[in-house]
Amino acid sequence: MEQGAIVNFVYIVSSVLFILGIKMLGKAETARKGNFISALGMLLAVVVTLFDKNILDSADAVSWGLLFGGLAFGSLVGYVVAKKVKMTSMPEMVALLNGFGGLASLLVGWADYYYNGVFKAQGIAGAVEKTVSGDVPMFTKIATILAILIGGITFTGSVYAWGKLSGKISGKAKVFVGQKMVNASIAVAMVVASVAFAVVGDANTAHYWLIASVVLSFVLGFAAVMPIGGGDMPVVISLLNSLSGLAASAAGFVIENNVLIVAGCLVGASGVILTVIMCKSMNRTLFNVLFSGFGSAGGKAQGKVEGEMKPMSTDDAYYVLEAAQSVVFIPGYGMAVAQAQHAVKELAGILEDNGAEVAFAIHPVAGRMPGHMNVLLAEADVPYEQLKEMEEANRILEMADVAIVIGANDVVNPAAAEDQSSPIYGMPIIEAFKAKTVLALKRGKGTGFSGLENALFFRQNTRMIYGDAKATVNDLVAKFKES
Amino acid sequence: MDIILLLFIFTLAAFLGFELISKVPSQLHTPLMSGSNAISGITIVGALLATAATAGSTFATVLGVAALVLATINVVGGYMVTDRMLAMFKKKEDK
Repeated sequence: MEQGAIVNFVYIVSSVLFILGIKMLGKAETARKGNFISALGMLLAVVVTLFDKNILDSADAVSWGLLFGGLAFGSLVGYVVAKKVKMTSMPEMVALLNGFGGLASLLVGWADYYYNGVFKAQGIAGAVEKTVSGDVPMFTKIATILAILIGGITFTGSVYAWGKLSGKISGKAKVFVGQKMVNASIAVAMVVASVAFAVVGDANTAHYWLIASVVLSFVLGFAAVMPIGGGDMPVVISLLNSLSGLAASAAGFVIENNVLIVAGCLVGASGVILTVIMCKSMNRTLFNVLFSGFGSAGGKAQGKVEGEMKPMSTDDAYYVLEAAQSVVFIPGYGMAVAQAQHAVKELAGILEDNGAEVAFAIHPVAGRMPGHMNVLLAEADVPYEQLKEMEEANRILEMADVAIVIGANDVVNPAAAEDQSSPIYGMPIIEAFKAKTVLALKRGKGTGFSGLENALFFRQNTRMIYGDAKATVNDLVAKFKES
Repeated sequence: MDIILLLFIFTLAAFLGFELISKVPSQLHTPLMSGSNAISGITIVGALLATAATAGSTFATVLGVAALVLATINVVGGYMVTDRMLAMFKKKEDK
């Protein structure tokens, strides 16, 4: 068998391992194994690529040094950040890694065009024959520019999302007058530069258009994520994840490599599915999430609510919990901010010892990335049988004595179910209000991400416990221990 | 390679991707995302080629090395954080 065929055969094996890996990642029992299998596929693909004819023919000692140096350095950095990152920082970590992948695909596309288009056209290197002078096929050029555009948008979009998630820049949606026009202009300019790159015959001129496209895709990535607020980040992250896959796939078309096409496309498709799930959980369209500047009202309370918020001390809350037979925790982004997951787990344990049934109700978009609450609670060793998805949680809540809302807001707002004039009307919610008593742990009286007053907090059966969620929970734990 | 063949592969992979994970429990959303994010680091293969199969052109090689480092961070970091998260999802009786 010729060598190229062997390399491609191994790529098929890698692709199969990726497919199996993704499939197994979708089930709790097999997820960890699935991740391992997909990592194995990646290792195979990398190793066999080192035996690619193009590398063996062209690489000298310096190239080999760069190859292994690059692999070693990248692995070291990847290893260190993966070991050191805190579970609470996981959303921004995922965003950043995703951005790196996008930028890598951009660079692959750029390097390929520079080498096959510009460099070979110069015909100066002894080793390279001039016969192929700058004659890059149109199809390859289109694939190149797609890898660059998608990769560029993914990169800066992810970096901006990383900044928002890590609190380095404000998580609020940033909107200004004429923003849509500005963004549309950037997009149009980017498309013009891309088309110019594809149609211009002279390699050097085309390369200038390529550089312009790189810059414009960077700008567009920033500009597109700017008007999207923190609460919509689950959608943005899953969409960027999908895009990084598509960028890799486009790079695969550039270098005509099957494993890139298949693996990139699988990631693209699975990212789209997650994105759709996230949008459905908010009853909003992707278009609305990306372009509406939702949540930019900035704390201006809207929505009519009757009644008043009734505060409660932790002393009284203790008696309520002490008597409860069934308690449901409903965590939200506030729990992540207060890093209260360990304290919450301790309280849950005490309540169980006290004879109560304990469950955690997880809304799909609670937090800042898909599955954010699950990761935090798992870190605190909450067994996942106690983590209930929305539908099941709502059945449990009908019977529950106490629902404890910890830093969740919009996802428990009954206005979504009852008030047709509410902007979040139709969004599926965790029906906390069905519990006999609702204890809402909240920092202050402010509104949630949507800028809406939460009708739940004004209900007859709701009591507010103000203050830092972690301190409040620790306080309750202490009261149980005293008695 | 034939363009049509490449597009054919792409299309089938897209359908396969949609079928593979139609229903994922929300608990696995984050690991699925970071795990598939690591897979998108497959562009590392392109980076290897861009690094070592571009002899003579320093600029192309530099782009390749940068791509290689970034993609490797994406791959190694992505798989490892995913594993860390999945290791936490334990059943009660495992403890």
